[in-house]
Amino acid sequence: MKNRLKVLRAERNWSQGDLADRLEVSRQSVNAIETGRYDPSLPLAFRIAELFELSIEQIFTSPSRENDQ
Amino acid sequence: MACSRALTRYNYRVVILSLIYAAFLIAAVYLFKHQLLSGPIAYVAAILPALPIIGILGAIGRYLTEETDEYLRMMMVRQALIASGFALSIATIWGFLENFDLVDHVYAYYVQVLWFAGLGVGACFNKLQAARGVL
Repeated sequence: MKNRLKVLRAERNWSQGDLADRLEVSRQSVNAIETGRYDPSLPLAFRIAELFELSIEQIFTSPSRENDQ
Repeated sequence: MACSRALTRYNYRVVILSLIYAAFLIAAVYLFKHQLLSGPIAYVAAILPALPIIGILGAIGRYLTEETDEYLRMMMVRQALIASGFALSIATIWGFLENFDLVDHVYAYYVQVLWFAGLGVGACFNKLQAARGVL
């Protein structure tokens, strides 16, 4: 699933490790989500959204709308 | 794979269980070799080395319940599924070959050996998929 995680992380000068620490997940998880290799569960997606103080839709692109972009 | 706290605990349990396995196996081989066992106690001694191996399977199950990182948990589940497919496929093929007297008999516990080898295959598959940018 496409997402803006890398951009949002870069805006805050966070490394993948920094974001992983804040989300209490592994750096591999952040990398896998960021590159679209792994779609997070809803609870993790909410944690990510709450961390960036955004809605889930502002971070993740719905797969059904990916072609619209 | 990253070393989460759950993974550290899992590795620790596997090391301990492996040491117990080695101790039980050496003891059982020595006792049987010197014909020091007979009757029900011989059955107990023969089964003892299997228990830590079963314990390792339990440790994997415990890891899956303790791991809070869903991505790492998914990777381990996939690794275990690949290991199961690998071991059972070879065991099935071997079983038919053995049934038609084309190969020698192999002890059933080698399925477990294959399963552990399959974990290695699964780990390689996970790394390969990650390197290719595929889940």
